[in-house]
Amino acid sequence: MSKTIETLDDVVIRFAGDSGDGMQLTGTQFTNTTALVGNDLSTLPDYPAEIRAPAGTLFGVSSFQLHFSSMDILTPGDYPDVLVAMNPAALKVHLKDLKKGGLILVNTDSFDDKNLNLAGYKTSPLTDGSLSNFQVIEVPVTKLTLNALQGMGLSQKVMVRCKNFFALGLMYWLYSRPTEPTEEWVHEKFGKEPELAEANIKALKAGYYYGETTEAFTSQFEVKPAQLKPGLYRNITGNEATALGVVAAAQKAGIPLYYASYPITPASDILHNLSAYKNFGVKTYQAEDEIAAAGAAVGASYAGNLAVTGTSGPGAALKSETISLGIMLELPLVIVDVQRGGPSTGLPTKTEQSDLMFVTYGRHGEAPAPVIAAATPADCFAMAYEAARIAVKYMTPVYLLTDGYLANGSEPWLVPDAKDLPAIPVSFRTDPENFHPYSRNENNVRPWALPGTPGLEHRIGGLEKANITGNVSYDPDNHDAMVHLRAEKVAGIAKDIPLQDVYGEQSGELLVVSWGGTFGAVRSSVDRLRKKGYKISHAHLRYLNPFPRNLGDVLKNFKKIFVPEINLGQLSKLLKTEYLTPVIQFNKVRGLPLRSTELEQAIINALGGAK
Amino acid sequence: MAATNGNGEVQTKKYTAKDFASDQDVRWCPGCGDYSILAQVQRILPELDVPKEKHVFISGIGCSSRFPYYMNAYGVHGIHGRAPAIASGVKTANPDLTVWVATGDGDALSIGGNHIIHSLRRNIGLKILMFNNRIYGLTKGQYSPTSELGKKTKSTPFGTIDYPFNPVQLALGAEGTFVARSLDRDPKHLQQVLLRATKHNGTAFVEIYQNCNVFNDGAFFVFTEKETKPDNILYLEQGKPLVFGKENDKGIRLNGFTPEVVSLKDGKWSVSDILVYDETSFDLAVLLATFSDRAGFPTPIGVFYQVERKSYEKMMTEQIESVTKKRGAGDLDKLLKSGNTWVVSAN
Repeated sequence: MSKTIETLDDVVIRFAGDSGDGMQLTGTQFTNTTALVGNDLSTLPDYPAEIRAPAGTLFGVSSFQLHFSSMDILTPGDYPDVLVAMNPAALKVHLKDLKKGGLILVNTDSFDDKNLNLAGYKTSPLTDGSLSNFQVIEVPVTKLTLNALQGMGLSQKVMVRCKNFFALGLMYWLYSRPTEPTEEWVHEKFGKEPELAEANIKALKAGYYYGETTEAFTSQFEVKPAQLKPGLYRNITGNEATALGVVAAAQKAGIPLYYASYPITPASDILHNLSAYKNFGVKTYQAEDEIAAAGAAVGASYAGNLAVTGTSGPGAALKSETISLGIMLELPLVIVDVQRGGPSTGLPTKTEQSDLMFVTYGRHGEAPAPVIAAATPADCFAMAYEAARIAVKYMTPVYLLTDGYLANGSEPWLVPDAKDLPAIPVSFRTDPENFHPYSRNENNVRPWALPGTPGLEHRIGGLEKANITGNVSYDPDNHDAMVHLRAEKVAGIAKDIPLQDVYGEQSGELLVVSWGGTFGAVRSSVDRLRKKGYKISHAHLRYLNPFPRNLGDVLKNFKKIFVPEINLGQLSKLLKTEYLTPVIQFNKVRGLPLRSTELEQAIINALGGAK
Repeated sequence: MAATNGNGEVQTKKYTAKDFASDQDVRWCPGCGDYSILAQVQRILPELDVPKEKHVFISGIGCSSRFPYYMNAYGVHGIHGRAPAIASGVKTANPDLTVWVATGDGDALSIGGNHIIHSLRRNIGLKILMFNNRIYGLTKGQYSPTSELGKKTKSTPFGTIDYPFNPVQLALGAEGTFVARSLDRDPKHLQQVLLRATKHNGTAFVEIYQNCNVFNDGAFFVFTEKETKPDNILYLEQGKPLVFGKENDKGIRLNGFTPEVVSLKDGKWSVSDILVYDETSFDLAVLLATFSDRAGFPTPIGVFYQVERKSYEKMMTEQIESVTKKRGAGDLDKLLKSGNTWVVSAN
């Protein structure tokens, strides 16, 4: 039976269910297949901090949102068009975000009294008319999955677990996606358990055929491939991109990569990824704690490796003293802070931009360190590479800020050719003639002299050292000179980073200034408002310390500076301090990316109201 | 002695202890036990087949941690308690280096306790010299985690209420593969133990009783002074009976699982009844480690325990080699272009 196929430009789907329902896997599979059919896309996984929260509860709901389009898109979308709700709790948590008239696909088998009660429903939303503003497709997903898998000799529990593949198959049909990529993945994943592989594929196909044959759907949809820049693409998350960025940097620098880390959400995937790249000579060291990870990284750097340590907020706090040592020793080091909701344990699985002040100033003493930030999941590659370049060129610890949204979110990445990546020159000092550990080159940078080099035996340490010789010195004027030298070295990096670019007119009424993972939401808001005729421009900062050297001039060309952040105004404070410029703040700290619609309204308000 | 230097050239010059002394003035208090430890380390290094640029001394904070500044080798004076972490990074990044850790009882067992136990557990090839003076010297006289219960110090005018650690027991419990103890005032013994430590693959942990003549003078005199030493020190020697005393007139005998000190003079027991030491026995090591806390027992010095176990850095290197052999040397371009890729063509 054939149904009409409607072409859409742009769809936002949110898969939601219990944290044990496999929603992250379902979302990831839909994403990979969507990438392969050539749509542009952006994803937002959102899951609880508990590994298996009690089934059926509101706090145990896990979701995965995917925005895909035939056009260039920048965000995972504010409001879904489609909600796949595997249980009442998932419906309850996510219904408020669904667009009016949106499609809800519910697994009716889970809408029993117990689950309704756990979700806090007094009456079933499926029968009490509360969903009348939406198109509800009721599917007994569990029962249909069990029917499809009857006779395979599997336990009830195993069969029920396949229900997410049924839902995935149904969504593949609805959006005209092929099932083959997922089938291949299942074969690879369950290679050693062929019955499980077969069961999942059966469930997937049963879902697909259900869509084809049932009368529940009046039409099927398709989203044509996006017109992306030509080239080879892969879908990539921020953490994967960060891992590849540092591997690439080490390879181009011709030195081994050493990654020391202690597991922490949401940074652990960087460790997982890098630990698989052993044939690139990558050494991964899972330390006993965050402090030891930073310490081992300092040691590895001293021994001549490209040393990287990754963490999130609480771990960044623990590493702080060791980073100060790195600054005093003047050794290259990359610290990746995948920011999450804080303070303290805060919201471990949610995103936030609240460590900017901390990494800029959160160390004892005058301890300057460069800070850069990735704008999108794929940009994590470029910025990780850049962090490594700055670290080895300037013999300094460098902070790379990403966040939970960038780390787990994904987008198509135009993969560069390895040969086109910029060179990262590294030279170790070998000549004993006139060697002084703290002599400096034209950039105020000291030599990298490795243990094992004959004739260069020397001692470095956390005590203040005499300029040039590096011997311990308590001389007041020397300390003053060294404090200035270290600060000037970091400030001087401004000469070596790109000028700040402005999207839109270079002067005007209002400039939106953002940084880090809010890029997508901000840029799409700015775009929409510009199309409506608002005279606004956008500057997205990737370099936070030092700032690009033209930033002051950029800001002066606008009457109003508008700074949206997922914190209480940390970039705002830095801009005000550095450039003495008033700024208008927009701050939402919900653990989620900024919503374009809210942002647009705030910008319009800042401009004095709607035109 | 012939060793190759970093350029692969054969180094024909034989080092002397002086070659390992840096040009910096040693700034420990006159009479400090640290001087002897520094001297013994400088004395044994010429015995090794290791060029001086391959020695790296890493320390934390405290009096003992000034050690690297006085060695003509590579060195990092790190931060409090973190020397094992930094040293682990150095050794795993470049296993070719001989990496030493100079630390104290406060640095290693208090602020750095976590790092010490985990380095021991991992069996990274570090030579850890733990100077134990049972006091905080650099901060001017507070009690340390090895100070005896009840000790009156600047921070405990009425005596400590903190039970101390037994460092040897701690190192054994943390899976140490080489655990030894020596004394600052027994240079020959200290040299022997240090030499043994340098030959061990894996973490070598050496507790060194060290006199702080300013804040805890005489803490170990009973073990170091001529009069009292023989009756209070028990030398551990592989395959030798545990005999001690001025006239070798006492020994250790096992009565079931319980050790006892017996006289070899009264005719009841002879040397053949005495426990013979075996440093490869974990059980004996644990038992002997308790002696320093048992009233009436001598304090053992020497190698308590040594066992061969593959080092962390060796396994790290082997794993990289085996994966590389299986998958081939990494090709960056291929890695970047791996996974599910698709091509967008220009039209």
